[in-house]
Amino acid sequence: MTGAVAASAGSCDVFSAHLFSGCGFQAPGLQDFYFKPLFTVDGFGFTKPMLVAILCVIAVIAFFWVAFRKPKLVPGHTQSLGEMGILAVRDQILRPAIGRKGDKYLPLLVSLFFYIFLMNLMELIPVFQFPAMSKTGFVIPMVIAVYALYLYLGFKNQGAWGYISNMWPHDVPWPVLILLIPVELLRFFIIQPFTLGIRLFANMFAGHLLLSIFMLATWYLASLSIGLLFAAGSAVMVLFIFLLELLVDLLQAFIFTTLTATYIASSLEAAH
Amino acid sequence: MSVLAAAASTTTLVLNFGAVGYGLAAIGPGIGIGLVFGHAIEAMARQPEATGRITLYMWIGFSLTEVLALLGLVVPYIFHAS
Repeated sequence: MTGAVAASAGSCDVFSAHLFSGCGFQAPGLQDFYFKPLFTVDGFGFTKPMLVAILCVIAVIAFFWVAFRKPKLVPGHTQSLGEMGILAVRDQILRPAIGRKGDKYLPLLVSLFFYIFLMNLMELIPVFQFPAMSKTGFVIPMVIAVYALYLYLGFKNQGAWGYISNMWPHDVPWPVLILLIPVELLRFFIIQPFTLGIRLFANMFAGHLLLSIFMLATWYLASLSIGLLFAAGSAVMVLFIFLLELLVDLLQAFIFTTLTATYIASSLEAAH
Repeated sequence: MSVLAAAASTTTLVLNFGAVGYGLAAIGPGIGIGLVFGHAIEAMARQPEATGRITLYMWIGFSLTEVLALLGLVVPYIFHAS
């Protein structure tokens, strides 16, 4: 009875929908990734993901600026933290992939790692609660920059024909090469950058959807009936997904940076 | 009266291919991720001093395999029929 009244009143938004109130579960979907602009300047709408991205950039720059503004031989607190971060990236990501001669790419890798990690962590921080990397507009420029970098390095270090011919092994019989060369060229020029970007984007997209579904389900089920038991179960799932997303955030930042270092290494190495 | 009316009405079953597609897309990466971690655990058991290096490659392999399962989540939005 009350269900029919609520549904006919026409107000079934996310906040008023509860179990047995006549509105179905308002599932999160693609529409949750589009935001109304916070303010508009000359037709350009400034939305929440842009705010999150700008705050992350400012935070990363400010942290490393403050850490290394006046470096001392015996470091203070912030400098010690900054050093731990840089050394972690250098020893776990850069040195295993490129070796000592790749040390000049350390600023790039440190920036990439901490930028992506902080942008991913915004999914879990209460006020923001949106991973900006779940919009492709923030992922694609990074992928283009990395792609252009390792292509440039490869063509500079190995020559145009040398770089491309190093993608397949040379001492195989020629019938194998008919299949191998197109596959390797396709993988290298198209699939590799595509999956680099889509891995980060899809992980953040799926993580945000998972977190949204369980949080909305907790609210939806929390009506004064048996639904409270299910709402408690859903709240426990929110905790599990929170911990999973913490792992996924760190892992995706690590994987993006490691693959960037690997692609740079394969561009730098001399011909076989 | 309402029972007769309910029996006389027809119900249409709506098949959401996006959801079915994701279910099928998760089979391969499920097996693949199990293989990655299984072999990594076995390797770490055979040679515990190589655990650090094995862990590094384990995470790289996991993320390369998982991207295929996650593609199954986003592709219905790319290819939606409307």
